[in-house]
Amino acid sequence: MIQNSPALVPLLLLATAIAIPVLAIKKTGVAYLVAVAAAIGSVAISAYNMFRVWKGGPLTYHFGGWMPPIGIEYVLDSLSAFVALVVNVVAFIVLCHAGGLKGSDISGKSVPYYSLVLLFLCGANGIVMTGDLFNLYVFLEIFSLAGYGLIGIGEKQAPVASFRYLIMGTVGASFYLLGIGFLYIVTGSLNMADVRDILPHIHGNPAVAAALSLIVIGVGIKMAIFPLQGWLPDAYTYAPSTSSALVAPIGTKIAAYVLIRIMFFVFGVKFVSQSLPITDLIAWLSAIGIIYGSVMAIAQNEMKRMLAYSSIAQIGYIGLGIGLANPLGYIGAVLHILNHAFMKGALFLVAANIRKNSGHSDISKLDASYRKKLPWSMAAFTLAALSMIGLPPTAGFFSKWYLALGAIDKGNWVFLAVILISSLLNAVYFFRILEKVYLVPPPAQKAGEDLPAETKNREGSLIGEEKYSLMIPAVVLSFSLLLLGLLNANIVKGIIQRIIPLGM
Amino acid sequence: MTYPEIYRSIIPFYAVMVSLIAALLIMLSSRHANLREFWTLAASIVKFSLVFLLLPGALAGRIAEYTFWEISPGIALALKADQFGIFFALIASGLWILTSIYSIGYVRGLKEHKQTRYFASFAVCLSATIGIAFAANLLTFVLFYEILTIATYPLVIHKETKIAVSAGRKYLVYTLTAGVLLIAATAWTYRIAGTLDFRAGGLFGDASFSPAAITVLFLLFLGGVGVKAAVMPLHSWLPAAMAAPTPVSALLHAVAVVKSGVFGVVRVVGFVFGPTLMRQFDLNIFLATVAGATIILASLLAFRQDNLKFRLAYSTVGHLSYIVLGAALLSPASLVGGLLHIANHATMKITLFFCAGAIYVRHHKEKISELDGIGRAMPWTMGAFTVAAIGLAGIPPVNGFISKWQLGLGSLQAGEMLPLAVLVLSGLLNAGYFAPIISRAFFKTPTVPYEHGEASYAMVIPLLVTALLSILLGLYPDLFFHFYRLAVEVSGGILGGIGR
Repeated sequence: MIQNSPALVPLLLLATAIAIPVLAIKKTGVAYLVAVAAAIGSVAISAYNMFRVWKGGPLTYHFGGWMPPIGIEYVLDSLSAFVALVVNVVAFIVLCHAGGLKGSDISGKSVPYYSLVLLFLCGANGIVMTGDLFNLYVFLEIFSLAGYGLIGIGEKQAPVASFRYLIMGTVGASFYLLGIGFLYIVTGSLNMADVRDILPHIHGNPAVAAALSLIVIGVGIKMAIFPLQGWLPDAYTYAPSTSSALVAPIGTKIAAYVLIRIMFFVFGVKFVSQSLPITDLIAWLSAIGIIYGSVMAIAQNEMKRMLAYSSIAQIGYIGLGIGLANPLGYIGAVLHILNHAFMKGALFLVAANIRKNSGHSDISKLDASYRKKLPWSMAAFTLAALSMIGLPPTAGFFSKWYLALGAIDKGNWVFLAVILISSLLNAVYFFRILEKVYLVPPPAQKAGEDLPAETKNREGSLIGEEKYSLMIPAVVLSFSLLLLGLLNANIVKGIIQRIIPLGM
Repeated sequence: MTYPEIYRSIIPFYAVMVSLIAALLIMLSSRHANLREFWTLAASIVKFSLVFLLLPGALAGRIAEYTFWEISPGIALALKADQFGIFFALIASGLWILTSIYSIGYVRGLKEHKQTRYFASFAVCLSATIGIAFAANLLTFVLFYEILTIATYPLVIHKETKIAVSAGRKYLVYTLTAGVLLIAATAWTYRIAGTLDFRAGGLFGDASFSPAAITVLFLLFLGGVGVKAAVMPLHSWLPAAMAAPTPVSALLHAVAVVKSGVFGVVRVVGFVFGPTLMRQFDLNIFLATVAGATIILASLLAFRQDNLKFRLAYSTVGHLSYIVLGAALLSPASLVGGLLHIANHATMKITLFFCAGAIYVRHHKEKISELDGIGRAMPWTMGAFTVAAIGLAGIPPVNGFISKWQLGLGSLQAGEMLPLAVLVLSGLLNAGYFAPIISRAFFKTPTVPYEHGEASYAMVIPLLVTALLSILLGLYPDLFFHFYRLAVEVSGGILGGIGR
């Protein structure tokens, strides 16, 4: 059992996802409990995997005992074990929060919903752990289809947004499939390690270049690299609260992981940065995306939409780190996968709390009464916002620090300027909200008017928030940012630096 | 001069943390005003005592260091209480005690709202300031520098009026931009030098530069620390920040925040670039020109302000550049003079702000043109005001004279006459913009007679203490805190390049 731990997470999630509709046939409440239990299990197993990798180096697991390159191989090195752990922890915290929401925006659909959540996570874990290019495609489809469902279940514009995402996402997946098709033709293998070993002998073959281009475009759509980000804002905005809080921190990060894995660990650093300098292209597009996303975020008037555009900018940081193709940029990119997952998770949870509390998340309608109603959520928001701006000692500062060092190493001052200017743009759109929440007095209550319903039914909690289950997950995510920031050197040295791609 | 001995000590860490813990306690005891204020006072006294404990060692060449852990591979989060750090920490923490007492009188006298937020932010600011003073390397410095930026924001917007909010925005635009430039400069420095540890005499060692690169790097640094040091043209947030309550203007915008800026300038000049590089690339001439221009322009602008706090703010802008000028001249006496002016300007300017606050709380007057005859109503307050104003004009026996004398001496040592002329002219201008206030206060008859009265003891006593301190430090600069000896040691370290 124990030595099978690499395979356990996707299997557990897959099994529970299928089991939910059966188990919850009488009592729909069971669905949620099963989902949380599965999430706890996957956190535990992936933590154990991380520990094993940290202690004893990379693990491989051969499905059904078939040896690679014939059989499907799972590979857990410190990169994949790390990303899997991050995904599962964030998903678990978001699921805890979902309990407090009581499915207010997914009423009557909670059974299929939680089943989809687990499928989504199953796909994510599978993508991260697999060492097989085609298996990755299978999980990518599981992941994406579940994602379309999670988004489409939302408010009335959601199906359209989800359909658009579906079209774009399917195009992306097809590109990816075409890409590995080309690779398979020229290498005769689908195992990543095997392909990596064969590729140096056939670098001159144009099919390899075509494969790389197709894969990068395909994954780029999923990752929402500028200018392939069109599907993202609507999808994040109209999705139910829990879905946005799941898809935003996890969805695009998984694609970023795939990009890192395939570009640096299959094609090799030298090929992607010199023979076919696709990393430069990614870096420049990401830099444009950072500025575009930040400027568009300033223009938004709806909090979730603003956060969605901010995600485009933050994905840009990861893309930029990948595109720099040097160790510091790589560290920045991988660290930002972690940091951004926590920051965006916290911010979307607070947006969910605001929606739950007042039925909207319009920035223009925010005022100081929200701080009184949601003091801890707002504290969490503030801290996460400071981290997004990149102020030390929060985690967000350190992603930028490594990226800045990487940009200087590369000698590219434009990238350095972009990283720093985007900090200031972030400050503009976050302080706009903070100013309102802390400083704009609420419109005076008319005499004789009843208190708003939600203030009346407060469940008598100690610290003034409606529900602990809504407040604690947001607070945990955002206060972890301080810890992640102060201890980032341990993560960098103990995990990320262990597996710097060869040739950087 | 001998190499100082480094020993591991947790005291610098405690000195930083004590007010951070106090901030938590302040928030927890928000419903009990007296308990809350007790925490502030207790923390300020403990903090000062801890810093003071480190002083004898530093004078004897023993330097306390505390390393937490690496925060980026190869760069530790580390505190080091060297002579310069102690110098600044003594001033900031010592004046915090007086400001705390004064603050209590002020906010209670005005029945201010959100006093918990006020006192808690104040405590965090002081933690950050001591952290800046004790930062052993640039990254630690940046960390505390940014914390200070954010912790000051709630104090700037404290009144929550439209003016305060827009002042807050202006403050953030300036300081966050500065922070970003500082981060860029720090990252670049790390890539060039491979280290970020402050080193008296410069940390670059024998790294080679192109003149263009080093100039840009210096400008990035200057943009980073120059905003808080209010070097023109980066100064205009400071007058705007006068929208904050007066104790904030007194401690933060005359001492802690702006002095963190000039402290940073001296760190950059003396401990990052070092005199050799500064001279080699003529950076010192550039810096001296900027500082000289700021001194004169700010003094001229001060004339135009009718609001007392605004006039004091422009005066601060000018005096901060004295310190920058002292650093830029890079001669033994000019450095001593510049450093001493960190302490001397602090005691004098805080006195002036205390006076302005006392007048506002007691008589609700903010404009100079309304101050006719107020000296007769508030003799102690205006007496202290006069002492400090005389000092800022550089007239003995107040301590402003000492630093100016050293600065003048320093410019002669550097073989430059122009800075001396700037100092003389600025002295006259200072006298020019303070004299009308004093003469109005004492010699004009008020249009509406004042009811006689000083502000509460909690406000008057601190301002008398700081005025007295200004005179004592003018008569005997080495009194109690050994500011003079510390300044000489720091100056010797920078110019001698003793390497620590």
